[in-house]
Amino acid sequence: MKRDIVTNLFVVKFANVNGTGSASANKLFSKGVFRMGVPISAKNIFPSNIQGLPTWYEVRVNEKGFLGRRGGIDVMVGMNPQSMARDIAEVEKGGYFVYDSTKPLEKSMLRDDIDFIGLPLTEKCRELYEDPRQQQLFRNVMYIGAVAALLDMELDVPKALIGEQFKGKPKLVEPNVKALETGYDLARALHDCPLAFRIARRDNVGNRILMTGNMACGLGAVYGGATVTSWYPITPSTSVIDSFSRFCRQFRVDPETGRKNYTVIQAEDELSAIGMVIGAAWNGARSFTATSGPGLSLMTEFLGLAYFAEIPTVLINVQRAGPSTGMPTRTQQSDILTAAYASHGDTRHICLYPSTPRECFEFTATAFDLAERFQTPVIVMSDLDLGMNDNMCDPLEWDDARTYDRGKVYRADDLENLPGRFGRYLDTDGDGICYRTYPGTHPTKGSFFTRGTSKDEYAVYTEAGEKYVANVDRLMRKWHTASHHVPKPVIRKTDRPCTVGVVYYGTSESATLEAIYHLEDLHGISLDAMGIKALPFTDEIEAFIGQHDYVFVVEQNRDAQMRSLLINELELDPQRLVPVLHYDGSPITARFIRHEIRDWILQTTTSPRRRIRK
Amino acid sequence: MSYKVPGFRHPNLPRNDLGYTTKDYEGAVSTLCAGCGHDSVSAAIIEACFEMSIQPHRVAKLSGIGCSSKTPTYFLGNSHGFNSVHGRMPAVATGANMANRNLLYIGVSGDGDTASIGMGQFVHAVRRNVNMVYICENNGVYGLTKGQDSATTDVGSTSKRGEPNALEPIDLCAIALQLGATFVANSFSGDKKQLVPLIKAAIAHEGFAFINVISPCVTFNNVPGSTKSYDYMRQYMASSNAVDYVPDAEEITTDYAEGTSERVFMHDGSAIHLHKIDPKLDIHSRRSALDLIHDYKAQGKVLTGLLFVDEDAKDIHETMNTTKTPLRNLTEKELCPGKAALDRLNDLYR
Repeated sequence: MKRDIVTNLFVVKFANVNGTGSASANKLFSKGVFRMGVPISAKNIFPSNIQGLPTWYEVRVNEKGFLGRRGGIDVMVGMNPQSMARDIAEVEKGGYFVYDSTKPLEKSMLRDDIDFIGLPLTEKCRELYEDPRQQQLFRNVMYIGAVAALLDMELDVPKALIGEQFKGKPKLVEPNVKALETGYDLARALHDCPLAFRIARRDNVGNRILMTGNMACGLGAVYGGATVTSWYPITPSTSVIDSFSRFCRQFRVDPETGRKNYTVIQAEDELSAIGMVIGAAWNGARSFTATSGPGLSLMTEFLGLAYFAEIPTVLINVQRAGPSTGMPTRTQQSDILTAAYASHGDTRHICLYPSTPRECFEFTATAFDLAERFQTPVIVMSDLDLGMNDNMCDPLEWDDARTYDRGKVYRADDLENLPGRFGRYLDTDGDGICYRTYPGTHPTKGSFFTRGTSKDEYAVYTEAGEKYVANVDRLMRKWHTASHHVPKPVIRKTDRPCTVGVVYYGTSESATLEAIYHLEDLHGISLDAMGIKALPFTDEIEAFIGQHDYVFVVEQNRDAQMRSLLINELELDPQRLVPVLHYDGSPITARFIRHEIRDWILQTTTSPRRRIRK
Repeated sequence: MSYKVPGFRHPNLPRNDLGYTTKDYEGAVSTLCAGCGHDSVSAAIIEACFEMSIQPHRVAKLSGIGCSSKTPTYFLGNSHGFNSVHGRMPAVATGANMANRNLLYIGVSGDGDTASIGMGQFVHAVRRNVNMVYICENNGVYGLTKGQDSATTDVGSTSKRGEPNALEPIDLCAIALQLGATFVANSFSGDKKQLVPLIKAAIAHEGFAFINVISPCVTFNNVPGSTKSYDYMRQYMASSNAVDYVPDAEEITTDYAEGTSERVFMHDGSAIHLHKIDPKLDIHSRRSALDLIHDYKAQGKVLTGLLFVDEDAKDIHETMNTTKTPLRNLTEKELCPGKAALDRLNDLYR
């Protein structure tokens, strides 16, 4: 097959069986490309299972820095017979299918519009290793070596990574390097290396880092001063707490006493987890929990309490595909409405929508300031794609001059000098935010009774309608105050005349921005873009939508939840918000967004308002 | 029912070591039914705190939902209180305790709150040995929703509704013993003489101190067929021991005859003096307590008193080795690793 040579612009996917140790081998490849100065994005697509089911690792190599999923596969490394038929079908025309030729491919699987690259990996492993477990582990490293040869990767790079991976275990370095070299040599001996898709060293990564969002959230909680965490394990949020614990062990153990300046409690369920967080926050500690959809559902009663009793609460919600158990190891942005209005009665919560690990770090740290400033729950809305995959982003930043905003808290001196009677829910400043006290502050002043029932300004139980209304209206005033303090949207305007905008949030960011770039480049369609970063919606969000005839709202759920939230919160005409929805559990692709928007614009010859989407 | 507390108190009310009178430990007027056992428990808490000279503001009172959970409003008005959600007081108390290990946490719950909706949270707070006093005001009935049987209602016991209960009751003391509670007592709201020293001992205990208090519901479960009525308890209550709480162990001078008494020394230097009534109870043996609970039950009696104590157990902070400073008092200095550390971390992800 005659092909053009394509350098640093392609997608490689590895198909494996889970539980065989392929994940660390596959990372040698993605990190290797990253180390060669070429931007990558890597997506781990794994089953809710420990051993034996199909798993994939998709790596987009893109020197232009587009980090969303592109859509389509150029080189498939198909190491799993279970999924081979669909893996072959997924390869784009002109692509390659790399497979273990120890067992010949069935004729029916062959395609003539792609090339098949056979490597007798299992045979080679049987020859070299006696232990079956070793045969399996080293086969993984071996195919990475072969892929390095096929794609023209500098072999020294994965070699160096092996050295780092097994730092302190020199006995493991040598056999892994040997396996890598064996694969490399095998490919070169049997095939014309390199193939048409090639990796070449660039300097396009700069000082950027490769990190998971969950790692960044955990670190953000350490920097943000969280001292109490409680959680119940649930995919895909568990590694947030793993990260917090790990960095606490590193940074939060008193060198003199060996005692911990933090606590981590594994709760009996999510109800208890959020309950402990609320108890700790009520008592003046910065506390947080992490969960995912089903856990969020369980936490809603407590979130209502925290909203109504006004207790700072930080919750990291790493979204996965719902409803119910849904697809626990697949991604979605489908808790948007649940989180925004979690709990019965009139409730609403501050939500933050990070798009990158850097924002995960920043927003988590900021969440504690916002929660204490506004004495209310703050929910950081990450998702599986962001949380569990290595995402490339700018380095994390911290300003040493930054101090924690502990919000409005009366200390003993304040209470001593208070002219009148202390009222926990007195809006003395007119911004809807009242002063609280921590238990144990003053022998005779400042105590109050925290309750989920209706109360007056002095925290005394009341069922008087006017007191209730005054209280919940004040909560709304507080909500409006919050809209001036949450992260603002990121707006990118095209320099051409433009009447149409695109709105996105969270992990739809990279793919959306890429789609916008190509819509202009390939189709001459210019679009303004806005990334929403927080609820309550700031004035800029309303203004942006107002400036355009209509906007596309790109998101990863079936029901266009952010669109509903925008319509509901800003009282917008639904016809002006066109949904672009991707919800099969895989991260949204730039190609999908581009096609959806292009088709809509091309088909809508008259005013887009006339068309109602089914 | 009175709805206003008269401001007047006798000018010569006794004062404790802090110079406070019992008035300083009172709360708002109770809105519970006249004669409710829970009010006697509130009074016992007030008396115990007064006599132990506890600074009211160093106490945090927590509860769930139900009649019992309303009571923290009615004692220790100068303490912060938290009336949380149904069955979830243990989690909120655990979190509060994590934030500041130096306060005294008194949790008040009921049998619906503890043995039904909050059973999961109760048993896990027991397992963790959270340093707190957990009082379950157990009346065997759902009062606020007007008289349904609860999970602690005895088989055959009849409430005002008239139907005898058919289901096996949950014995909260037995559960607490099995799950490793380090202080377990059973008592009766009508026996202040027993209850006050038990509360004092529970406060002195470092760890999870559980007191199940049979606290009759005068409105829905104080009828002849009920096993949690005042009459039933007065007739069938049996004491394993009588408890004296001695604030300073040094002061103990009285000697009791061998085999009839025992002293348990607490972490804070105080002591519990136990006058044995049933010599079969070994206060340091869970098995002994469990056997005895079952023996008395078989005779139709309710065993009360201090059933078990492990005065050497580690509370959750010691198990986890957290700092002695309340976590909530830590500042940026101790908590934030700073920019230089972050720059080094960034390097590890390149």
